[in-house]
Amino acid sequence: MIRIEPRQHRSRTMDLGIPVLSAVIALAFAAIPLMAAGANPITAYGEMVKGVFGSVFALSEMLTRATPLIFTGLAAALAFRAKLWNIGAEGQLYLGAMAAVAVGAGWLDLPGLVLVPLIVILGAAAGAAGMAVPTYLKSRFGADEVVTTLLLNFIILIFLQMMLEGPLKDPMGLGWPQSAPILDQGMLPPLMDRMRVHSGLILALVLAAVAQFMLARSVWGFRLRAVGENAAAARHAGINVKRSLFGVAIISGGLAGLAGVSEVAGLKGYLTADLSPGFGYTGIVVAMLAGLSPVGVVIAALFIASVFVGADSMSRAMGVSSFLADLVVSMSLLCVLVGGFIARYRIIRSGTGRAAS
Amino acid sequence: MMDILNILLSESFWAASLRIATPLIFGVLGALICERAGVLNLGIEGIFVVGAMCGWMAVWLGAGLWGGVLMAALAGAFFGLLHAILTVPLGLSQHVSGLGITLFATSVSYFTYRTALPNVSSPPRIEPFQPLDLPVLSDLPFLGPVLFQQTALTWLALMMVGLVWYVLNRTALGVAIQAVGDNPDSVDAQGLSVYGLRIGAIVAGSALMALGGAFLTMSAFDAFFFGMVNGRGWVCIALVIFASWRPGKALFGALLFGAFDALQVRLQTEMGALVPGQVFLMAPYILSIMALVIAARSADYPRALLQPWFKGQR
Repeated sequence: MIRIEPRQHRSRTMDLGIPVLSAVIALAFAAIPLMAAGANPITAYGEMVKGVFGSVFALSEMLTRATPLIFTGLAAALAFRAKLWNIGAEGQLYLGAMAAVAVGAGWLDLPGLVLVPLIVILGAAAGAAGMAVPTYLKSRFGADEVVTTLLLNFIILIFLQMMLEGPLKDPMGLGWPQSAPILDQGMLPPLMDRMRVHSGLILALVLAAVAQFMLARSVWGFRLRAVGENAAAARHAGINVKRSLFGVAIISGGLAGLAGVSEVAGLKGYLTADLSPGFGYTGIVVAMLAGLSPVGVVIAALFIASVFVGADSMSRAMGVSSFLADLVVSMSLLCVLVGGFIARYRIIRSGTGRAAS
Repeated sequence: MMDILNILLSESFWAASLRIATPLIFGVLGALICERAGVLNLGIEGIFVVGAMCGWMAVWLGAGLWGGVLMAALAGAFFGLLHAILTVPLGLSQHVSGLGITLFATSVSYFTYRTALPNVSSPPRIEPFQPLDLPVLSDLPFLGPVLFQQTALTWLALMMVGLVWYVLNRTALGVAIQAVGDNPDSVDAQGLSVYGLRIGAIVAGSALMALGGAFLTMSAFDAFFFGMVNGRGWVCIALVIFASWRPGKALFGALLFGAFDALQVRLQTEMGALVPGQVFLMAPYILSIMALVIAARSADYPRALLQPWFKGQR
């Protein structure tokens, strides 16, 4: 017989090694679809590496791609720590982006020093509002936030199309459903000449550091972890669980909103309905690979961004569908889940005497 | 007001409602079986995609319509088995595993489609299921056009409602499935396999979900498109709670949803000038959230839903 027993101690090497191993295994598994598509996996991996690290431009593209993933990864990681299942980062991202173009695209002609912070704050607030609604429905009516946040993603996307064909539509846009561009002084400045990587990355890194510190060292972080680990015990210990959940909901939604701000005010300049190729959902994978740790989110986001940018470049060179990246990302999520099991439990074959403890 | 009345009395409206409800009937039944056994299956959205892609591609490759249905069900069962292994013997987070299955099944489908058809802008069309034009019955007033001109898959969905109800409520297997979702310890005490029952329920439920996807490419439309599932899986998860995990109520919920969806399409053509079309497109999702809010408090959740169970641990 096989028995499953929780481990007494979780080893640090395992906590660090499992996500790395999961990523490697997922990449190795990608050889199967690569061969099915008639490509030589070794050449394909080579193209991917070249596409990410082959030049300064490639590296800048990877960092540009990682930026929104750090925001959405943090959004998922913090919410999941409190067992608040925010699957709505995709919608909250668009709420943030809509707020950014609503104030930034000419409505307020303010100097950059005022306009940029205003865009950032309003974008975060819009995202936060987007997560406050399902959290209210959860605490007031008991409506499962997984389902409501998922459904809200679709509602917000349709709302976005309505806005892009209505109030937010660019009158100079030749009829395309896109917003007017954000004023030059409202844009997040680029970090390097002739490269697309922008200061949204700096904001993301600072917020990751703050989140890491707060989670580990502050009373807020302690409450958050307590609510996530055992809500009943936390309530018994005098923690206001509802209030804690609302707090983390607002922070999580705000971070997702910032992903939208960063994409529209740091990269694209104007808003279209295809701003995000699923950054909200990919953020969940980033958070899980990171073991829900903010610093881990940064590393995981860099990895996932490398997969996407590398696969895009490989796809152009070899003609293999770039959906390969989505395959690797989803497989690394499944691998890290199984890895989490191995980290938490040991499998004991009983019946052949007592297993040593 | 008269307009709405006219719509509600028209045969085509009810025929459309039943047609829109069909994939949801499959999906809600599938999700219901999984949850009755104690496991939430958020893989549903991806399983819809894989069912839609596999069914359509099998027909395109010459498997025949029912061959396509079978392939879709098998593909759904495969991804269901994956979810079952992760959540039942390994006891991993059902939320995260389900989302992982959705991402994985969706990307497998998209990658396969793109690899098989690298350079097409519009996918090849198949000859989909035709309405079953039953000789005498189709000529019945009102009922004829509504019921007897649906395709075979709609009939299959309606029969599945009866079958699932019968199995869950009238057979020993059904009693065991429900017990494993309420109190797995008691099932184990009777010498039945908790793992076996749960895994079997998830695999069967996932196969049903995939048929919902297959209906989209093989009956409602005649080809596979990216993004065609468009949240239908998530709507099903909301409808299961609305239906209180009962097959009969699930049918009612899916039909109600189909009716509202059919109504919004018709209102959109009538009132399109007054209200932006998107307001109507939003309606189904808003409706699902409202259904959830209304039903959530009084919902009679399977008591062991979301709780992993390990043999030998109480």
